[in-house]
Amino acid sequence: MATGIDVVGQLAPLAFGLAAIGSGIGVGIIVGKTIESVARQPELQGRLQTLMFLGIALTEALAFIAVGVAYIPFPAPILP
Amino acid sequence: MLFAGTPFALNRIELIRLLVLALLLVFLLVGTRRLKLVPGRGQVVTEFILGFPRNSIVIDTLGEKDGRRFMPILMTVFFVTIGMNLTGIIPGLQIAGTSIIGIPLIEAVILYVVFIYAGIKKHGGGFFKASLFPPGVPWPLYILLTPVEFVSTFIVRPISLTLRLLMNLVAGHMLLALCWAATQFFLITLLVTQGQPLGLLGLGTFAFGVVFFGLELFVALLQAYVITILGAIYIQLSLADEH
Repeated sequence: MATGIDVVGQLAPLAFGLAAIGSGIGVGIIVGKTIESVARQPELQGRLQTLMFLGIALTEALAFIAVGVAYIPFPAPILP
Repeated sequence: MLFAGTPFALNRIELIRLLVLALLLVFLLVGTRRLKLVPGRGQVVTEFILGFPRNSIVIDTLGEKDGRRFMPILMTVFFVTIGMNLTGIIPGLQIAGTSIIGIPLIEAVILYVVFIYAGIKKHGGGFFKASLFPPGVPWPLYILLTPVEFVSTFIVRPISLTLRLLMNLVAGHMLLALCWAATQFFLITLLVTQGQPLGLLGLGTFAFGVVFFGLELFVALLQAYVITILGAIYIQLSLADEH
C-alpha cells in the first residue's frame, strides 16, 4: 500500500517563499502609502522618502532572515 | 589562499577587506589634509561624501548636541559598510566584504553596546525600567508586554541588524553569480564551442546580469544608509526623555 509521496530536497526555499509573501505585501503598502502622501504634500517628499526606505528595510528583513534559514545546519530531518 | 597553513591564512574576502581598509584610510587621510575655508575641487567632493551621512543621517536624527557625541562611531559604521558593500559589484573583486558574517556581526554588536551605553549614561538604571516597563500602561498588561519588549529590544535588534546586512549582500552575490555563470555557459560553452542555437539565451541572462548590477549598486548604498540610520534611531530612542 502506498503511504504517500516521498518529498526529497530541502524546505528552506519554501520558507523563503512564505516569508516573501508577507514582506512583499508590507513593502507594497509602504511604497503605495508614500506615493499617496507625496501626491498630497509634494513638499514633504524628502522626509517621506527617508521614512519609506527605513520602513522597507525593517519589513524586508523578515524575508532576508528566511534566506538565512537555508544556512542553519539542522541535525536531522524534521518531518518523519 | 595567502599564507595557507599558517595562523595568518587569508582568503579572498579577507584580502578584499584589507584592500578596502587601505583605500578608506588613503581617502580619508588625503581628502581631509590641508582643508581650506574656500574649498577647491577635491575638497568639494570630500565634503559632499562626508557631509551626507553627517547632516542627513546623524544630525537629522540625533540633533546637533547628541549627534556630535555619537558622530565618530556612526560615521565609522557608515564608511566601513559602504566600502565593503561596494566591492560586491566591482569587476575583478566581485564579492562583498560584508557577505560573510564577521563584519555585520561586529557592527551590530558595536551599535548594540553603544545604544545600551547611551541609555545607561543618560538615565542610569531607569533605562532598563523604562524600556522593559513602558509607562502609561495598566499594570496587568506588563505580564504580556514586558517579555515582548525584552525580546524586541535586546534580542531581535542586534540579530536583525546582522542578518539584514548579511543576507542582502549574500542574496545579491548569488543573483549576480547566477547571471554571469549562466551567460558564460550559454554563450561560450553552448553557442561558440558546440554551435547550438539554444546558446542565444545567453543574451537574456546577460541583460539580467546588467539589470541586477544596477540593483546591487542601489542595495549596497541603501544598506549602508539603513544600518547607520537604524543605529542612530536606536541611540535616539535610548536617549528620549519619555524613557
